[in-house]
Amino acid sequence: MAHDTTVHAGHDEHHHESPVVFGFWVYLMTDCIIFGSLFATFAVLRNQFNGGPSGHQLFEISGLGIETALLLISSITYGFGMIAAHKNEISKVIGWLALTFLLGLGFVGLEVNEFAHMIHEGAGPDRSAFLSAFFTLVGTHGLHVTCGLIWIVTLIVQLMGTTTIPERMMNKLTCLSLFWHFLDIVWICVFTYVYLASMI
Amino acid sequence: MLGRLSLSAIPFDVPILVGTFAGVAIIGVAVLGLITYFGKWGYLWKEWFTSVDHKRLAVMYIILALVALFRGFADAIMMRTQLALAYAGNPGYLPPHHYDQIFSAHGTIMIFFLAMAFMTGLFNFVVPLQIGARDVAFPFLNNLSFWMTAIAFILVNVSLFIGEFSQCGWLAYPPLSESQFSPGVGVDYYIWAIQLSGVGTLLTGVNFFVTIVKMRAPGMTWMKMPVFTWTAFCSSILIMVSFPVLTVAVALLGLDRYFGMHFFTNDGGGNQMMYLNLIWAWGHPEVYILVIPAFGVFSEVVPAFSQKPLFGYGTMVYATCAIMVLSFLVWVHHFFTMGAGPDVNAFFGIATMVISIPTGVKLFNWMFTMYKGRIQYHACMYWVIGFMVTFTIGGMTGVMMAIPGADFVLHNSLFLIAHFHNVIIGGVYFGYIAGMNFWFPKVMGFKMNESWGIRAFWFWFIGFYFAFVPLYVVGFQGMTRRLNHYDNPAWHPWLLVAEVGAVLILLGIVCQLTQLYVTIRDRNLPENQDVTGDPWNGRSLEWSTSSPPPPYNFAIVPHVHELDAFMHDKENGIDTRHAGGPYEAIHMPKNTAAGILVGGFSLVFGFAAVWYIWWLAAIGLIGVIGTVIARSANKDIDYYIPADEVARIENEHSRKLMAQAAE
Amino acid sequence: MKNKLLARMARLGGLSSALLLAGCELDVLDPKGPVGEGVKSLILTSTIAMLIVVVPTIILSLYFAWHYRQSNTSAEYLPKWCHSNKIELIIWGVPTLIIIFLAVITYQTCHSLDPYKPLEAEANTKPLHVEVVALDWKWLFIYPEQGIATVNQLAIPVNTPVDFVITSDSVMNSFFIPRLGSMIYAMAGMQTQLHLLASEPGDYLGESANYSGRGFSDMKFHTLAVSGDEFNAWVEKVKSSSEQLDGQTYPKLAAPSEANPVEYFAHVEPGMFNTIVAKYNNGMVMDKQTGQKVQMQSASAMSDMNMKE
Repeated sequence: MAHDTTVHAGHDEHHHESPVVFGFWVYLMTDCIIFGSLFATFAVLRNQFNGGPSGHQLFEISGLGIETALLLISSITYGFGMIAAHKNEISKVIGWLALTFLLGLGFVGLEVNEFAHMIHEGAGPDRSAFLSAFFTLVGTHGLHVTCGLIWIVTLIVQLMGTTTIPERMMNKLTCLSLFWHFLDIVWICVFTYVYLASMI
Repeated sequence: MLGRLSLSAIPFDVPILVGTFAGVAIIGVAVLGLITYFGKWGYLWKEWFTSVDHKRLAVMYIILALVALFRGFADAIMMRTQLALAYAGNPGYLPPHHYDQIFSAHGTIMIFFLAMAFMTGLFNFVVPLQIGARDVAFPFLNNLSFWMTAIAFILVNVSLFIGEFSQCGWLAYPPLSESQFSPGVGVDYYIWAIQLSGVGTLLTGVNFFVTIVKMRAPGMTWMKMPVFTWTAFCSSILIMVSFPVLTVAVALLGLDRYFGMHFFTNDGGGNQMMYLNLIWAWGHPEVYILVIPAFGVFSEVVPAFSQKPLFGYGTMVYATCAIMVLSFLVWVHHFFTMGAGPDVNAFFGIATMVISIPTGVKLFNWMFTMYKGRIQYHACMYWVIGFMVTFTIGGMTGVMMAIPGADFVLHNSLFLIAHFHNVIIGGVYFGYIAGMNFWFPKVMGFKMNESWGIRAFWFWFIGFYFAFVPLYVVGFQGMTRRLNHYDNPAWHPWLLVAEVGAVLILLGIVCQLTQLYVTIRDRNLPENQDVTGDPWNGRSLEWSTSSPPPPYNFAIVPHVHELDAFMHDKENGIDTRHAGGPYEAIHMPKNTAAGILVGGFSLVFGFAAVWYIWWLAAIGLIGVIGTVIARSANKDIDYYIPADEVARIENEHSRKLMAQAAE
Repeated sequence: MKNKLLARMARLGGLSSALLLAGCELDVLDPKGPVGEGVKSLILTSTIAMLIVVVPTIILSLYFAWHYRQSNTSAEYLPKWCHSNKIELIIWGVPTLIIIFLAVITYQTCHSLDPYKPLEAEANTKPLHVEVVALDWKWLFIYPEQGIATVNQLAIPVNTPVDFVITSDSVMNSFFIPRLGSMIYAMAGMQTQLHLLASEPGDYLGESANYSGRGFSDMKFHTLAVSGDEFNAWVEKVKSSSEQLDGQTYPKLAAPSEANPVEYFAHVEPGMFNTIVAKYNNGMVMDKQTGQKVQMQSASAMSDMNMKE
């Protein structure tokens, strides 16, 4: 959403910094409130099993470990991408972004697989309030990651065949970087609060 | 193929709707025909629909708000008429199915599409000019916000003629709004309208927050910022914090309805009380989102027409911030009767009352601004004084309802209805209209007609008391809200008086329309022209530029030395404009069709989602994503206004100023 | 001392309201029971406290607006004046004092008027228990001690505390008898409580104060506050009805209906109310004595009372 031009105050001494990155960070804070509300909802409904399965019975630690590892590593690869971007090494940027994309795709794939498995077992989101809250919170995170994947592809395509990274492109990369790390932080909260706390 | 949509969704059997549809269709065809006849489509598209200029968007927002006012008021007067008739066995002319849609639509439209749109219009117009900026931080997102709001309003109105609107009140409490009890499309229309307009509002909040933080003119420290900008700032923060909660609440309701989930259902472990908590965690800040900018308008209007600085600027700022913070601590007062313990109720009751302290302080500040002033009675001053009297009463009844013990008998009664119309009409609406009268010459370059403005005020003011004092009374008589008919003889006379009030307000609206008509008709009369750009001897930077301002607002970004920057410059003989230059080329954003395209695809998506037409919804969604990606790839998004052109515009204005001074 | 002040203000308020509203009957301000009396004096006291600020504010706004008009050149004009610590102190101080006063009475009345707090009664009167179920669109009253039930008619003996336990077998409603005082929400799967007392005989309107759909406007009931003997006679009259309320007849009653007439049920299956609550809680119900959740022993006759899907 932050792909935007801004009004500069001309070339005189009142030159403003581009507000894009700051604006996107502010937007992420509102996203944070969305996740906060979803976490609160999950907290209210986490014991409403309605006779259905509990998290303890449903969650498997091994798949989760892989999911978490993929997402955390993808943050590191994105970080390398940003370092390359600051050095203006475009082919390296594209490579790191592609790797990030694959890791993210792996994460989403595993999550979709987990969801499909649960629904197949009769533990879909309509089974109980607990499962509604679970699918919605985890699914919202997954949807964000998916949006991030589309965004990565978009930027890779835009970077192809260019030789320099102009300010506007740098802003986009920085925004996506914020977004990607933000999703990592949210995932850590999901992992501990939704999965670990249910399994202990 | 068409999901749930079939011919039976069109209410041929309701004469009121068929008539309305015919009327809207005739007017619509007439307007479209006229635009085509005069060949104005290209002009509208290039200069307005795709414009990223905050001044143009402001005008479009306010036009949208006025259209929403007509729709919302039509609903209001239909409700009052129903209750004037439907007494002692007479069913009235609106059966519950229709009546319940009307009161749900009335609240939804008035809050989301009248008040929010009007407020955003004022923000758009005033904030960049007041802080000496050339536009908002994200001009494209600004255009997108407008279109999201506009298409959400269109979606609400589509529900009039295709299917039905929600019958669950303006906040759609579950479990009534769950598919078990409301299987129709009404609640789905409500959900998508709220979500789509919510996108626009959230982006507006982010946009203005960033604009105010990052783009103030050099020298404008926080405590030299005009009060209206302060209120826009606080309001933007409230939007950013509270609207995500609304999005979540309504999204969870949607998940319940679309995927059979159990967030708020009776069964499956759902929790309806959670919806009330979520929706009011947004809903109460929302009231302050609306009223704080109105306070900002008063803080600009009263000093201008009292010819004197605002009394207690610092207090005003602190009071505004205090209200902003406190507004998050009071949401439970909307449901004291849910059965929470006395300590919980007492906490939220007392927190609510505490808000009345900073609010009261503001009233006193405006009062002492008038004190030892020289008050000029322009139309805006009437609205201000009407506000001061009316809002004080509304505040008092609000504090009454904040006491849980008293709320136990007043909750959900017509007393409540009277209270919040008292603050929303007497506070928000009066404030926005005062703001419109105040800044109109800046927007258009000519002043609004005074006498029709004053007539409109009197009809609104007197009409308000006729319409709502009776509701206070019947509230004490135990009449609850949202009744379709009744047989209590004690209520009937009061509801007849309220109907008279509604008619008086109708006359007020007619006067406002006449005011607009006369204003535009007489725009070229010399006494109506705003040649100098400073018709009221204004105090803040927006009055330092021409009316209407050039596309770039300020040829040379002004330096701010004091609070009331422009007044300071005038008194010290400083030329804020730096007339004569030298000027430089100015970097500007280009207009873009991306906003209207995203809006259009979102409308398609929303409509398809309401009717379960999934292929069409997919087209809408892909359209939205595709447009955003295309916009991101577009490199041709800005241009420069050459220095010669800037010089030409500025010198033209300087010549007018000198000619005026010579007279 | 504070209480004396309160009482005096309430009396003053009573007087002025009587003057103001002569000839206009206001149910909420003309209560027929102690709860309503408490609410009424609270409303009047708080209103008077607020009028201390509100009246001067309105008068001063209008006076300043008039006196300092431009044409009145004799009025003083201070074009630069915009600050005064003295005035700031007053405009923050006076409202704060009034809010402190209101906060104190708010805290007190939150406890004294808590709907969950049982009412004190004379030594020899035993409270009456009534279980209330909000249905689409009518009110079901179950008298567990008498073993009877009624629809849209509530009879209570005067000067006897009535303990209501309230739930809903449909959407959210609010149980409200304006003449007697406080209201409370009715929500499916939950039990709210309300304690009321009628001190004068009469026929008082009862209603739902929370919009609940199509038939909401007719979701009203009569509250017959009668003497003890008349109440007993009324119970006998209900018992002479031929209708029974059990697992078979309940679904028919619970089906949506508008402007439902008064109905009497001579016999109610025991535990009916708990069954209605429990069906939204996986067969669990809160035990009122212990606050613990216990499994409902669903009677065989109730087995076909399926969960609404």
